[in-house]
Amino acid sequence: MSDPSQARIAELEREIAQLHMKSTGAQARLAEMQSELKKLKGEDGVNLAWQRVQLARHPKRPHALDYIQRLVPDFTEIHGDRAYGEDPAIVAGFGTLAGGQQVMIVAQQKGRDTKQKLFRNFGMPKPEGYRKAMRAMEVASKFGRPIIALLDTPGAYPGIDAEERGQAEAIAYNLREMSRLETPVVTVVIGEGGSGGALALGVGNRVYMLENAVYSVISPESCAAIIYRDSSKGELAASALKITAGDLMRLGLIDGIIPEPAGGAQEDYDKAAEFLFTALVAALDEMKAMKPAELIAQRYDKFRQMGNFFTE
Amino acid sequence: MDWFKHPKKVAKVTDEERHVKTEGLWIKCDGCRQIIWRKDIEETLHCCPKCGHHFRIDARTRLKYLLDDGKWSEHDATLTSNDPLAFVDAKPYHERLASMQKALKLKDAIISASGTLHGRPVNVCSLELKFIGGSMGTVMGEAITRAIERSIADRHPLIIVSASGGARMQEGAVSLMQLVKISAALMKLDQAKVPYISVLTDPTTGGVTASFAMLGDLNIAEPGALIGFAGPRVIEQTIRQKLPEGFQRAEFVLQHGFLDAVVKRSEMRQFIATSLNFFCGPLPQ
Ligand SMILES: [Zn+2]
Repeated sequence: MSDPSQARIAELEREIAQLHMKSTGAQARLAEMQSELKKLKGEDGVNLAWQRVQLARHPKRPHALDYIQRLVPDFTEIHGDRAYGEDPAIVAGFGTLAGGQQVMIVAQQKGRDTKQKLFRNFGMPKPEGYRKAMRAMEVASKFGRPIIALLDTPGAYPGIDAEERGQAEAIAYNLREMSRLETPVVTVVIGEGGSGGALALGVGNRVYMLENAVYSVISPESCAAIIYRDSSKGELAASALKITAGDLMRLGLIDGIIPEPAGGAQEDYDKAAEFLFTALVAALDEMKAMKPAELIAQRYDKFRQMGNFFTE
Repeated sequence: MDWFKHPKKVAKVTDEERHVKTEGLWIKCDGCRQIIWRKDIEETLHCCPKCGHHFRIDARTRLKYLLDDGKWSEHDATLTSNDPLAFVDAKPYHERLASMQKALKLKDAIISASGTLHGRPVNVCSLELKFIGGSMGTVMGEAITRAIERSIADRHPLIIVSASGGARMQEGAVSLMQLVKISAALMKLDQAKVPYISVLTDPTTGGVTASFAMLGDLNIAEPGALIGFAGPRVIEQTIRQKLPEGFQRAEFVLQHGFLDAVVKRSEMRQFIATSLNFFCGPLPQ
């Protein structure tokens, strides 16, 4: 980036990303405006939500390790749950984020080619993966290091072995224990936020979604199979389920939307990582002075208020 | 064939009427396939007198069987979902809710109760499977969280009896976040050292198992209850083979180390009383 105009572009984009993150109120309004604008320009076509699903699952979309390489070049991976085994569908490890900031990263990892996909079990973790992640987060909490969780999974693995080893218990345990971590936790849905399987790393002081990520209680296809008895009608279910970053923002379930390069994160890995980096640094800065009890209280209160969509 | 001479009398009862008349009197046991006089199983806590099969029971019957004199007081019974997604499937979700509410005389899939068990005050949440599959949305999330907060405040042990297919699809990610809300509240209950007993009944799957149902100081289940994260059909579709007999049943889950005990319905009250006695000490005389 020796060209001064290139440097200026990067600077502006960083600043835009920062402002993007600033206020949740403005953020929700921004999402609305963007969606209205897209509609007026005829860019949303029939189904904006389904387009997001396609982007979130795009074969070239950056996966967790693509971001980790760029965010934490000195990343040291750690393995195993110390009880049963090692699960490559979840990556855990530590390194230096910026300005000497040591962080623990836990992430769901999909594979790119067939061999990698099989190795990573298509990003569908098993109980030992969730237990490994929890162990890593507990060690970070013990030594006062912030935690970054990157969510990207179609869901927890629905298989015989996963059930035998307590898939439900592993997820439940993480949800309870993440709520008492003593260090800042920043969670970002970078692709597919597949229900409880994604949520098991999702109890953050800050929860963000990338612009084209989706976060859902059930996959659009499974939902369509229930509603229309036809799993090929995922497109219809996608909009009914309200799974886009804008939807979750409006429902008060996330704290911010992190922008992606034009056309989606797959178009420019470096730029996508830069936006993510900016958001992470800003979030960690905000929480720098918070004591463990304050962090636990802030995280707790946030989730306690979530989904107050009832009348007494 | 004397009776054959009076066909008019017989003809008066149509098949449909006959069905209505006999329906409810007899019940076929899923365990032994025998036809049982329904009145008989009401005297055995809805368990088959022949094979011991535990029939599913509704949330009210559950509380009646669990609490002293079959009596309790209710909390948060008016909480009603306001359909955050404006969700429409075969019919609009708000209509589905309204018809369920009318049919079951419940606002949602839960009764939050307080009563006594062998004289000890307890807070009990009882889930209603018939209400959209016992699914958990914003109302259940709030009602259970409040029950946990009540237990922290009054220090009365908490019992949650689960019967649910998991998070409520019709409330989308709002339902999903209830898993966190409840699990985080259970962290506070844990810190307060107030006992929580999770009772898993047939069926308990999905987001309910993957949150509060697996987080008891004791996790106990009724015999034969289906317990898991993914439902059996989803697993069969994934692995493309039939599941082994007994897979995800309470006895299987116990064998794999995720239940403290499988407890018969007839022994449930005593088991919980004994456990609470261990946790809290004997009741003051
Ligand atoms: Zn029987």
